[in-house]
Amino acid sequence: MQELGKAELNSTRIIRQDDNRVVIEKDLDTEYMVLSMGPQHPSTHGVLRLECITDGEVVVEAEPYLGYLHRCFEKYCEKVDYPGIVPYTDRMDYLAGMNTEMAYCMAVEKMLDIEIPRRVEFIRVIVSELNRIASHLVAIGTYGIDLGAFTPFLFCFRDREHILNLLEWISGARMLYNYIWIGGLSYDVPADFKKRLSEFVTYFKPKTVELQKLLTENEIFVKRTKGIGIMPADVAINYGWSGPMLRGSGVDWDLRRNDPYSVYPELDFKVALPDPKFCDIGDCLARHVVRAIEMEESLKIIEQCLDMMPGVDGFNSRVAIPKKVRPKAGEVYSRAENPRGEVGFYIVSDGKSTKPLRCKARSSCFVNLSAMKDLSRGQLIPDLVAIIGSIDIVLGEVDR
Amino acid sequence: MSQSISLNTWSDALSGFNLGWFPLGLVIVAAVPLVFIALYALTYGVYGERKISAFMQDRLGPMEVGPWGLLQTLADILKLLQKEDIVPTAADKFLFVIGPLIMFVGSFLAFVVLPFGPAFIGADLNVGLFYAVGIVALEVVGILASGWGSNNKWALYGAVRSVAQIVSYEIPASIALLCGAMMAGTLSMQQFCVAQSGPYGFMHYYLFSNPIAWLPFLIYFIASLAETNRAPFDIPEAESELVAGFFTEYSGMKFAMFFLAEYGSMFMVSGIISIVFLGGWASPLPNIGSFALNTMTSGPAWGAFWIIMKGFFFIFVQMWLRWTLPRLRVDQLMYLCWKVLTPFAFVAFVLTAVWEIYK
Repeated sequence: MQELGKAELNSTRIIRQDDNRVVIEKDLDTEYMVLSMGPQHPSTHGVLRLECITDGEVVVEAEPYLGYLHRCFEKYCEKVDYPGIVPYTDRMDYLAGMNTEMAYCMAVEKMLDIEIPRRVEFIRVIVSELNRIASHLVAIGTYGIDLGAFTPFLFCFRDREHILNLLEWISGARMLYNYIWIGGLSYDVPADFKKRLSEFVTYFKPKTVELQKLLTENEIFVKRTKGIGIMPADVAINYGWSGPMLRGSGVDWDLRRNDPYSVYPELDFKVALPDPKFCDIGDCLARHVVRAIEMEESLKIIEQCLDMMPGVDGFNSRVAIPKKVRPKAGEVYSRAENPRGEVGFYIVSDGKSTKPLRCKARSSCFVNLSAMKDLSRGQLIPDLVAIIGSIDIVLGEVDR
Repeated sequence: MSQSISLNTWSDALSGFNLGWFPLGLVIVAAVPLVFIALYALTYGVYGERKISAFMQDRLGPMEVGPWGLLQTLADILKLLQKEDIVPTAADKFLFVIGPLIMFVGSFLAFVVLPFGPAFIGADLNVGLFYAVGIVALEVVGILASGWGSNNKWALYGAVRSVAQIVSYEIPASIALLCGAMMAGTLSMQQFCVAQSGPYGFMHYYLFSNPIAWLPFLIYFIASLAETNRAPFDIPEAESELVAGFFTEYSGMKFAMFFLAEYGSMFMVSGIISIVFLGGWASPLPNIGSFALNTMTSGPAWGAFWIIMKGFFFIFVQMWLRWTLPRLRVDQLMYLCWKVLTPFAFVAFVLTAVWEIYK
């Protein structure tokens, strides 16, 4: 009897027939396999680790494990004075350093209540929109790699190189700029900047069409992404999604328009939304399309800024920079639309110190990634890769 | 038929020629083409792939070693030879070691029946095409052995995917080749080329002379991409999903063997497709009036030139597709095989049979 029970555990049944024959029955069931995807895996975009429970090729459940790139950003903030935090924000979202710098500086400026020169605002918008294009180029390019298309990746990086050259020219760094300072900029833009920037805009416009033909309209690409990883709008809002992810789910929400900051109210741009004729709302393709449209919108914003930017005569980009940053006691939350969604800084000051009492960063990718478990349930492994790619995570920002 | 027999006597006579104890004739007939392929696959296939992909992607590709990086692959081989030969402790050592060997042997045995011109062929088997299809399928065993023997989950996934894929795609591929066999009325590789050579050059090729041939031609080309694990069907080694598929755990020379086998198979399927549908070593140039272009460009040396050029062309198309298209998903791949290619292959089979009876 005991042996029978033991056998049952292994999904095997021993049945004694009437004529003393013994029949052994075995179930044809399959076992789940635990598959550790990452932190060293080509398509986890850094050091994300997913512990997948798989049934053959089907992912039953995928649990993301974070923290491999944790650098104690928030603790550092309590030890460094306000201007000293700016370089650390670069290292958060290292693909969109300008945007994060701008979000942080706006938070501190809100505490200090200082007036920013108009030219500075325009330059800030230009550099952060440039950085948005660069960031989306990486997102789209690596998404191509995730789905096996290698060439779009290098096309994207070729175009991104021009942006990096421009940003290097104005700030001296290609990735970690430390360009936007509290109250101003480290330097004004160089003399020929306008000319070279408009050259870039004319160069880049046909490239977006090329990218669209090569990748977005590719039959296999559409097959791989359409209807995969669908996130309904209400669930997306409940998860706190933001940025292209939220807009991919069909929610018309953009902080540049809904909670305007800097000079965005004066600029004319569309909030990118997916076309329901081309993709299912909320799927991976929709999120990809939103990023592609946003690049074109950013180009429009840059063109308008170039026209509207005030002249150079006697301009000092450091004129509004305070000698010592010591905000009044209180707290502030300021947010900005980053390429990956809403990045916000919550800063508490005690009014005496030049260091923040507490600084909490709201990371867009971290929040977007939290839906991974829901999105991955019941998907195939190749689709899981497509979903991770469409979330467009930067682990530097997820782990901070 | 008479032409082929005379060719075979020619090569038979040559292979019987010994220089003292050394079988010089046999070496020239059988070993030279294979050595060429090994050289090609090792160096210029890889080099070509890197250069072609580079030009498609606005890059320069290898430029450092030698002029235009021509010696880059040799440097890579030296590097791979010097690498430590790692066998994971948890691996099944026998399967792990035998896997790449089976792959390599399976891929290169097929070259025995590939005719490099009217005189150069390892063995003109009367079931040459059948042999080539069968021996290439031996790779499946190697893939399964290395995927299972690695004791790595990604490798196992890659191996299982690969076996499912290759075994499935054998069916449309074989049926498409059967259409070609019906057109030629033979399975001998040499006879395919003989049947498609003539004074009008490319007009004798089945692709141009037979109104149905384009269908099996396309089916076989697509299926051959899947059989050699090339993009867009490279799901067994999908680097973004399965790290490196069935050879995740391999390094050094064992890894190089997979590489060699892949490039060998690429040339093999390109050779088969150009022999069955595009005349193999038959010159594509027609005789125009008294200007006998076809006669001028036929012969053993020209034959080798034509088949290698045709092979290179299809390899170029394979690379072109690889660097343009994203990868299909597993189920989409199976859908394409069983619901698109296989029915169309049957249609092509019936149409070819009807055409061959009533033409």
